[in-house]
Amino acid sequence: MIPGSFEYFSPQTLPEAVTLLQRYGEDAKVLAGGHSLIPLMKLRLAAPRYLVDLSRIDGLTYIRESEGFLRVGALTRHGDIETSDVIRSGYPLLADAARVIADPLVRNMGTVGGSLAHADPAGDWGAALLAAGAHVVATGPRGGRTIPLDEFFVGTFTTALQPDEILTEIGIPQSQKNSGGAYLKLERKVGDFAIAAVGVGLLLSSTGACEQVGIGLCNVGPTSLRAGQAEQVLRGKKPDDATIARAAETAATESDPADDLRGPADYKRDMVRVLTARALRLAVGRAKGGA
Amino acid sequence: MGNRVKITINGSVHEAEVEPRLLLVHFLREVVGLTGTHIGCDTTNCGACTVLLDGRAVKSCTMFAVQADGRTVMTVEGLAQNGQLHPIQEGFHQKHGLQCGFCTPGMMITAFALLQRVPNPTEEQIRWGISGNLCRCTGYVNIVAAIKDAADKMRGTPAPAGERS
Repeated sequence: MIPGSFEYFSPQTLPEAVTLLQRYGEDAKVLAGGHSLIPLMKLRLAAPRYLVDLSRIDGLTYIRESEGFLRVGALTRHGDIETSDVIRSGYPLLADAARVIADPLVRNMGTVGGSLAHADPAGDWGAALLAAGAHVVATGPRGGRTIPLDEFFVGTFTTALQPDEILTEIGIPQSQKNSGGAYLKLERKVGDFAIAAVGVGLLLSSTGACEQVGIGLCNVGPTSLRAGQAEQVLRGKKPDDATIARAAETAATESDPADDLRGPADYKRDMVRVLTARALRLAVGRAKGGA
Repeated sequence: MGNRVKITINGSVHEAEVEPRLLLVHFLREVVGLTGTHIGCDTTNCGACTVLLDGRAVKSCTMFAVQADGRTVMTVEGLAQNGQLHPIQEGFHQKHGLQCGFCTPGMMITAFALLQRVPNPTEEQIRWGISGNLCRCTGYVNIVAAIKDAADKMRGTPAPAGERS
């Protein structure tokens, strides 16, 4: 399949890229790993007139902890996150998510920033990073601004980014001694989008209660969803079996899946319940120092 | 409308004027004439078009040739050296790691990248490593055996005699 014609730019610096976006506005698309955009272009579901390739801009690929945050450069590939020691040792939620995105070859090209900016409700990073309490940094003509991920997903394939802004960094509160997380994905086969997937990030207090908790739901609504009411069930309480069961049932009611080839809506809603309970138990175990 | 690209493929530099929308797989097959890289699904699923880009296995149907400008590509034609099959090719030959052969170039390139990173992989690591490459003939059993065989040869320790493949 051959995409429509376009003009290609490969700027060397971020200001240069922003200038191109200012010039071409809605006619331009940003190209990162291209593993969402290029398939859409091949199907002619997207036909941008201008492509601005970020891959030759230095300094957008990194994973580092500083000033209370884990900072991930937007061009960091899923595979880099999957194999990062920092992620493996301190961020099980992200490690779990990275290894179930598409397949190993796609993970060698696809980027975390590109995935978020694409805003596919089936994208795993959306749900995982909502659960992690992440924010993104958008860089535009007036410099950078921070957008909480809660405010980032405006609709299906639509974000709070302006046409002349580029997502440049993802920030996640740094892991602590009593923090834990998990991401569980139900998929028909490797490489498929989720039937349903659930991410959980939490921090336990010294008494074992949920001090902070985030629950993100993947592919069960028009956008990546945050299960805020389910989080409320847990907040300040000990995550015992009854509380986890109640939170999981609440998360299921907050999901809004559609019937499709991956299953009927009722089934998916029930899978949200099951996966939420399992992810919570796994995350609590990890927060307490288990594997 | 043309963009000039310069791509090092299997050790040789290839320069050409291309339309930006030309996919890398078409560049390899139609501009350079290296038809070992196959087009399977054309939808980023099957991995038949896998090549190494700067050492990482990627699907060449899902990137533009202009993205590979200035970079290094290795295709299946780059495996054999001086007429000698690569141990991965030998492994696929001896362990019967193919039937129709369509997925084989991508499968071998993915195996090559895997063995660079993990020289002594477990069966699970092999299966996980090739999970982006589809084979509709073999059921994967002999592909896994072929990669294991290649790994043993490349590390210089042949598989124990009599081991069932």
